[in-house]
Amino acid sequence: MAHFEKATSIHDWLNQRLAVDAVNRVMMTEYWIPKNINFLWAMGMVLVITFAMLLVSGIFLLMYYQPNIDTAFYSVNYTIMREVDFGWLWRHVHGVAASVVFLIIYIHMFTGIYYGSYKKGREMIWISGMLLFVAFSAEAFSGYMLPWGQMSYWAGMVITNLFAGGSLHADGLVEWIRGDYVPAQAFLTRFFMLHVLLIPLAIMGLIGLHFAALRIPHVNNQDGEEIDFDVEAKKYLDGDKAGAKVMRFANDFMSKDMMVVGFYLVFFFYLVFYHYGFAMDPVNFDPADGLKTPAHIYPEWYFLWSYEILRPFPFDVGLIAFAFAQVIFMLLPFLDKSPNSVPANRRGPFAIWFWVMLVNLVVLTAMGKLPPEGIFNVIGFISAVLFIVQWLALPFITKLEKKV
Amino acid sequence: MENNSRRGFMGIAFGAVAGIGAVGSLYAMKKSWDPLPSVKAAGFTTLDMTTYNENELVVEKWRGKPIFVLKLTSEMLETIKDKQNDMERLIKIGDSHFMVTLGLCTHLGCIPGYNPADKTFLCACHGGMYDVTGDVTKAPPPRGLDIPPFKIKGNLLVLGEVSDQYKAMKENGITL
Repeated sequence: MAHFEKATSIHDWLNQRLAVDAVNRVMMTEYWIPKNINFLWAMGMVLVITFAMLLVSGIFLLMYYQPNIDTAFYSVNYTIMREVDFGWLWRHVHGVAASVVFLIIYIHMFTGIYYGSYKKGREMIWISGMLLFVAFSAEAFSGYMLPWGQMSYWAGMVITNLFAGGSLHADGLVEWIRGDYVPAQAFLTRFFMLHVLLIPLAIMGLIGLHFAALRIPHVNNQDGEEIDFDVEAKKYLDGDKAGAKVMRFANDFMSKDMMVVGFYLVFFFYLVFYHYGFAMDPVNFDPADGLKTPAHIYPEWYFLWSYEILRPFPFDVGLIAFAFAQVIFMLLPFLDKSPNSVPANRRGPFAIWFWVMLVNLVVLTAMGKLPPEGIFNVIGFISAVLFIVQWLALPFITKLEKKV
Repeated sequence: MENNSRRGFMGIAFGAVAGIGAVGSLYAMKKSWDPLPSVKAAGFTTLDMTTYNENELVVEKWRGKPIFVLKLTSEMLETIKDKQNDMERLIKIGDSHFMVTLGLCTHLGCIPGYNPADKTFLCACHGGMYDVTGDVTKAPPPRGLDIPPFKIKGNLLVLGEVSDQYKAMKENGITL
């Protein structure tokens, strides 16, 4: 039996049992963040806040949503939108956050690529982050099924058909995933389960892993400088706060972090209240109909680039290209052979690689939205090929890079 | 030493129990995701083939999927009568020739639209095209529209039942 003394305060009582001071020190006040950073370093906290908003709005939606193919559409579009007080608020927060979370994820990702934050011991941060991207994609897709509108149904049809593997004709696998020959009741209920339980659990676990992966290598800085955190932390604690290259996570860094979050929330709720329409596809306001395909089927904006890599090729080639696009970002730390972990603009050819990649993804996104006709087909095809070529060239470009 | 071997044995014993349990659970989980018997059983649709008009596409329903039924005109037959591959895709009932296929694009499962003037099918999703026998004429679809299992009973066509003619189509690679 461990020894306990009569507590002098509630704080002391908790401290004896839960070591709250030690936890606070390790997680907050003596978790060190470099000073040489900018607002892009706040995207992690922005994502945490967005995820929290998704969770809270989702809990309220869950109380009125009915996962039944006959009632799902009306439970969303009538019950939640018209009957439930502030039901519209939860739905619009949920819809807008689901879209905006991908915008922030992409900014977060490209910040990491630009500053080389996936190298020199930070590989697991990158990999766990990309696993989070996969989990968020699955979460977005499964959630998109739930209103059971026309886009829900046909996106479900098209995406599950991908699992037939083109010429492999694994139709049995597709029917297994759906629990039916076509998306129907079994399909809706299982995607409901995935959306509200299994994938959120996976996301929370991965967020834990993502944070844990940061602990040892620490956050990168604007110059990719290797900081001895023990030395700098000692300097700070000894009183040389100005000379130290680091600051406390809380409250020093957090105060600035939450400032950015504040700006973000103003932008976010501006969208929720005045521009929620961008996150709501008009086609999905028709109930699902298995005998009528919408004129154009396209995914939400954040999937368009990978959709456009699938589209311009013959089916099997397209499927391979699509699979390539899904996994290749994950391998970035191993494809980048350069010894430098500095911002892209000091890395010569890699700077060009970075900006071409970024612009090309925007082009692919635009082409994915346009109908597959004429010049759009050609541009989409060239962009898709360029995307693949860029990744194949990356090890060679970075290998030739000189040490800076 | 004695303790080690005893712990080793306990580890192996637990591993065996857990392994059997894991395999069993995975099997149960896999089977729980299978289509239900009621879903599999509700699988037959009977069509009266005397009710269709020439060059007018009718969409029927079988196992939740759309079925295209198109009665060909004699001019249409004239244009394809030399193409053995196309002729084999058709189902002959009485003196009439029918295209009977799944109405799902073989690319990713959208429903193509029929243009009676051009006598072509166009899939709006990714631009695939098919002719009046359901054969593919423009990529990305990898093959012609699939033909459902069928059996001819006089003027009736039963979808879901497998006939010798359907089996022959499968063997000849006419359909999947």
